[in-house]
Amino acid sequence: MTLMKSLLGAAAGLAITAGAAQAEPAIIFDLGGKFDKSFNEAAFNGATRWAEETGGSFREIEMQSEAQREQALRRFAEAGANPVVMTGFAFGNVLGEVAPDYPDTQFAIIDMVVDEPNVRSVVFSEHEGSFLVGMMAAKASESGTVGFVGGMDIPLIRKFACGYAQGVKHVNPDAEIIANMTGTTPAAWNDPVKGGELTKAQISQGADVVYAAAGGTGVGVLQAAADEGILSIGVDSNQNYLHPGSVLTSMMKRVDNAVYEAFKMGEEGNFETGVVVMNLAAEGVGYAVDEFNAELVSDEMQAAVEEAKAAIISGDLAVHDYMSDDSCPALNF
Amino acid sequence: MDFATALQILDSTIRLATPLLLACLAGLFSERAGIFDIGLEGKMLAAAFFSAAFAAISGSVWVGLLAGIAASMVLSGIHGLASITFRGNQLISGVAINFLAAGLTVLVAQAWFNQGGRTPSLAGDARFNPIEWPLAGVMENIPLLGPVYAELVSGHTFLVYIGILAVPASWYVLFRTRFGLRLRAVGENPGAVDTAGISVVRLRYTAVAICGLLCGLAGAYLATGLAAGFVKDMSAGRGFIALAALIFAKWRPWYALSACLLFGLLEAIGNRYQNIEVIGITLPVQFMQALPYILTVVILAGFVGKAIPPRAGGEPYVKER
Repeated sequence: MTLMKSLLGAAAGLAITAGAAQAEPAIIFDLGGKFDKSFNEAAFNGATRWAEETGGSFREIEMQSEAQREQALRRFAEAGANPVVMTGFAFGNVLGEVAPDYPDTQFAIIDMVVDEPNVRSVVFSEHEGSFLVGMMAAKASESGTVGFVGGMDIPLIRKFACGYAQGVKHVNPDAEIIANMTGTTPAAWNDPVKGGELTKAQISQGADVVYAAAGGTGVGVLQAAADEGILSIGVDSNQNYLHPGSVLTSMMKRVDNAVYEAFKMGEEGNFETGVVVMNLAAEGVGYAVDEFNAELVSDEMQAAVEEAKAAIISGDLAVHDYMSDDSCPALNF
Repeated sequence: MDFATALQILDSTIRLATPLLLACLAGLFSERAGIFDIGLEGKMLAAAFFSAAFAAISGSVWVGLLAGIAASMVLSGIHGLASITFRGNQLISGVAINFLAAGLTVLVAQAWFNQGGRTPSLAGDARFNPIEWPLAGVMENIPLLGPVYAELVSGHTFLVYIGILAVPASWYVLFRTRFGLRLRAVGENPGAVDTAGISVVRLRYTAVAICGLLCGLAGAYLATGLAAGFVKDMSAGRGFIALAALIFAKWRPWYALSACLLFGLLEAIGNRYQNIEVIGITLPVQFMQALPYILTVVILAGFVGKAIPPRAGGEPYVKER
């Protein structure tokens, strides 16, 4: 009995110390995995940047299955992590249920809007960034046919495809766009073999620039493009370095900035909830130019893209958002 | 559809069918000897990882190939130990191998390369490059036959040719040699084989080892032939499709070839034609992606008759006392 008492006492003591410790931020990576060289990796880089700058530490977990989402969220919330950042639209429903149970915990979700008072929803204007790389694709293409390989067939990926197609048509109204989706299950984010095969099928139909918005599958797309000697466009993170001279550019989605800001605001105690739109003006999206693709991007190409970018920011050029009405004027899915 | 497009689709079919074919033949040897193997997927995955990892470290794809085969054979050995020596449930052992491979590959990859469960990209001699057959460039100008030779026959990687040669080889071994007869007998009636004074255990281990070898080739082809490196879960269900093909082929090598080519063709068509318009109706992407599975079910249900597995399949052999 005494033993039991002391054990309980020790446990209670531990619980108190844990509660008193400074709240650490936490990040939950979606199924693609932390090192997908793309979306989740960008989020990880943002978290790492925060940790390096502040000397703080953060908790993290990678999802292995759909069933873990709620469990992971609740565990972090109960362990006192604050804020809890999650990457990916798939957390939307779960967060909607979990967030009201932990009113003192602040959550941030990327790529999805969850209307709860303690949630910061960060959405990106992927269609605008994709529009710019679509323009570059059309300018770089000699055959007038360009390709798009998406990962899982979800509205978000169609948003990428639609913006891309509009950018292509903006430069060359006669251009042909071949759009393929890898699959309809989360496995479509991790199938480089199929990605490569889709790319080869597009090449055989005349495509000479292929844009991959497909997570880990995109690695296979860029590889096939490099093997076959055509150009490719990376996504989310800067993927130019993967195949220097073959990757035309990367559509940067600054998930790292979104995570960094959420962590920083959490640390400083001024966490803002509500919907945050990371568009071209906010530099949430953009295209990458560095030493690996400098010779592929001509001055004329860059000037045209910069002009369009300014027009989009000022509102003179409207890019249609697929998710606003589930249809795309430039591309037939 | 013009001739060139048809050729491209067939070319893609061969690439996509090869891993299925190798895994299907692997399952064929194992199941003909009475050892059900649903661990094909896991063995392919392990082989894919170890072939890519060793190819990346050594810079030679041949070292990678050997490592991939070795990894797959180790898993085969575990399956053999569980299901032959310890007479465990073969399905459970197979499932365990799938889980083991899925977890182990990512874990080891992370420990070795720190790239989040993937291997570095392979280039040059670290992957299988297409083999151009002699005169492919010259022959191309001959109408009809020339492009077929240049596109379909020439320009595949080493393992594709091995996969195709494995079909007649498997047929010969299984149906024209004494070893093959015994191997098939051990899957139908191990008691009779034992009575004849032949070791059931040794025959089954041999079959499982051949299965490991072929799965190793399939996995190595995925990581070093089709793709250039390992990504987690990259086998993406191909081991299970190979199992379906095996049942579809009624456990026969030549049928296995046609089944795998059919599945490969369906996938290639799905890749090439998303949104086909047929008589004014637009077939959506999802339908194209589901088509291989729909056809599998349709064909299994109606047209191939009854698929009868080896009679002693799944049953551990217990010697009578």
